[in-house]
Amino acid sequence: MKPKHQRLALAGAAVAALGIAAALALPALQDQAAYFYAPADVVAKGVAPGQAIRLGGLVEKGSLTRSADGLTIHFRVTDRLESVPVDYTGIVPDLFREGQGMIADGRFDADGTFKAETLLAKHDEKYMPPEVAKAVEKAEAAAKARPEKPTP
Amino acid sequence: MHRFANPARFLKIARPLTVAALVLGFALTAVGLWWGVFHAPPDYLQGESVRIMYLHVPTAWISMGSYLGLGIAGITILVWKHPLAEVALEALAPVGAVYAGVCLLTGSIWGRPTWGTWWVWDGRLTSMLVLFFLFLGVVALAGAFDERSRGARAAAVLAIVGLINLPIIKFSVEWWNTLHQSASITLRGSSIHPDMLYPLLTSAVGLGLLMASAVLMRMRAIIAEQRIAARRARLAGDAA
Repeated sequence: MKPKHQRLALAGAAVAALGIAAALALPALQDQAAYFYAPADVVAKGVAPGQAIRLGGLVEKGSLTRSADGLTIHFRVTDRLESVPVDYTGIVPDLFREGQGMIADGRFDADGTFKAETLLAKHDEKYMPPEVAKAVEKAEAAAKARPEKPTP
Repeated sequence: MHRFANPARFLKIARPLTVAALVLGFALTAVGLWWGVFHAPPDYLQGESVRIMYLHVPTAWISMGSYLGLGIAGITILVWKHPLAEVALEALAPVGAVYAGVCLLTGSIWGRPTWGTWWVWDGRLTSMLVLFFLFLGVVALAGAFDERSRGARAAAVLAIVGLINLPIIKFSVEWWNTLHQSASITLRGSSIHPDMLYPLLTSAVGLGLLMASAVLMRMRAIIAEQRIAARRARLAGDAA
């Protein structure tokens, strides 16, 4: 019986050591393993113009405009704390639209506008049929239009 | 403990279980995929490409679950030296690799129209690729020795070390900014509409049963091979 218990203790200790090592290493990776920076990170860190970074966030509602050439778009990316202006020339993914997430590779120019070289659309974890999405939108609009009731 | 290691006892239970898992697995997978592909509604943003989910999400879940099984088999091999655990490890690894591979492929096909790219090196995609390689590593290591149980012991160590990847996959989308979205189904509920959730769960149960039947079949085949090898060795010994 004894060697078996020894092996069990050894295996348990190995797994525990592995877990502790990972628990220490992974939070430390936080910044290095991030796939993109949010606008608030950019503002807090002060990214230099010309430095290649990946920027991610939501396309601010009402900020999307298109240039006369039909290919260049301008919009603001927000994380609800900060927002930065972005320019991109090229074909955008189908899911790219206002209010949705996006991730772009590129660099800031001297004026603080992010010149995106590639643009990806980010999908969120919500899945629903179009009719349901419409109903949700309607309900939200109705809730907004309704004057706020004073709470007793 | 060792009385469960009796292959005869295992075979007695495994034979009917294989058939039941295979038939039920095929039926539920067929219903779930047919339901998801032809009857579930399209998504309000993704449109029709959401249907890849009915294969992608179950294979992701099941490949992670089967890796957990591989780790448990690994611990059982090293601590209790259980012969049936060696058989289970050898049987499970290639099937798990197939599921992880299907998950990666379908994810890539979904990513192209949805995100605009086949692949990025974000936390979720990278850790899932590592899981696929871990499965392949266990397959390779288990087969790298002339003596079967030595290979199983070496592979068991890799399987146990690789367990650390499971929480990394699971929480990658929470710890780090990733392109991959975070979990839709959590303890607090699901952000997938029921019309899409039910076919998803059906195909998940079906694909899980199919994996179980494939693993049982492989375990029975490996035990049969071991018996043949033992008999050959005995006959060779008699002749000498």
